[in-house]
Amino acid sequence: MIDMSILFDHWDMFLQGFGNTLKASLLALIGSFLLGTLMAVFRIAPVRPLNWLGTAYVEFIRNIPLILVVFVFFVGLPAIGIRLESFVAGTLGLTVYTAAFIAETIRAGILAVSKGQTEAARSSGLTYVQTMRYVVLPQAIKIVIPPMGNQFINLVKNSSVLGVIAGLDLMYFGDLISADTFVTFDVYIFVAVFYLILTLPLSLLVGYLERRLARAR
Amino acid sequence: MDFIGAYAPSHLTFLLEGFWVTLQVAFLSIALSFVVSVIVGVIRYARIPVLSQVLATAVELVRNLPLLLIIFFTYFALPEIGIKLDKFYAAILALVIFESAMISEIVRSGLNSIEKGQIEAARSSGLTYMQTLWHVVLPQALRRMVPPMVSQFISLLKDTSLAVVIALPELMNHAQIINGRNVNYVIPTFLLVAVMYFVVNYALSIISKRLENRHA
Repeated sequence: MIDMSILFDHWDMFLQGFGNTLKASLLALIGSFLLGTLMAVFRIAPVRPLNWLGTAYVEFIRNIPLILVVFVFFVGLPAIGIRLESFVAGTLGLTVYTAAFIAETIRAGILAVSKGQTEAARSSGLTYVQTMRYVVLPQAIKIVIPPMGNQFINLVKNSSVLGVIAGLDLMYFGDLISADTFVTFDVYIFVAVFYLILTLPLSLLVGYLERRLARAR
Repeated sequence: MDFIGAYAPSHLTFLLEGFWVTLQVAFLSIALSFVVSVIVGVIRYARIPVLSQVLATAVELVRNLPLLLIIFFTYFALPEIGIKLDKFYAAILALVIFESAMISEIVRSGLNSIEKGQIEAARSSGLTYMQTLWHVVLPQALRRMVPPMVSQFISLLKDTSLAVVIALPELMNHAQIINGRNVNYVIPTFLLVAVMYFVVNYALSIISKRLENRHA
């Protein structure tokens, strides 16, 4: 049977890890939303060099492992004299990685808004930036919400790489507790439950939003 | 930064050896998860009582957990209940559990995308349910599943790098060993490793796009 005393004895550690996992995920969500939107706009802006930059970013980052990106911040930067705290390095790595996926999500949302609307807005005298700001983006956001929810779920799960670089998250404290108590099975079950507390409700919500959007079409 | 030292021939072969392990783990995991996913997907599609509900719950749980946790679990926790696996197989087991949950959802939505009329037509022309599934639904559904599956396989190939936490001698692990020798090797090594992952994954994504265009 599962030994509940491990949970109660290390309650504050679990809680601290849980808090940091949530914090890293939220910070990386905000950061990668901003960076991702920028890259998405770069990819569709009518400026060639920006297109290349956006495409290069998305294609390169999407095709390399997250842990490599995190290691670049955690091991690579110190090698050239820039030292970051492990939590910061991990969150930056998560941000840079997730931004590539969010850029694609947002780009797909923007492209889903029909071209006629852009043309109408442009011919009624709006500038390109105004068209984006007042016509295309508000509509794209609605389409983009469910896939963004999925990205957030991925972020929560991916934030576990912080555990590899001692980033004080749930995974890290899980390892610490299991090293402390010599119990791994039960500790990992508890860690799993903590992750599910975050991801399961989100996943149900995303499913509901997806179904509603599908019906609305 | 010391590119010449970092790219010494002995380092290059060492990285390639690591990459070979990465590819082996990836391909074995891909093959196994494909088989498991099709079975799980079909059981859920056919709504086999009890089994289907149990699998639905299992899939939902696994999908919402970090892969890293599952790797720790298969390597560190399973021995506690008497199942001791070598690093290589612990990594593969973890990847298969995780990716099967993901891919079985692709299989299920692929199956659901086949029009009900086709099933009714097949059934009324005398095919049994199993025959309908095998000869009518699955072949069409599998074709539609190719693009999302390829992107899932790209994820899997990237995810093998998480096995660095159990010191599986794959690409990431070998890169870290080289990095440990001299701090000036770190950036050049990461650059090369990134290029190695990128080349294989980008090639896969291009193939996937071609396939998508052909089926569209």
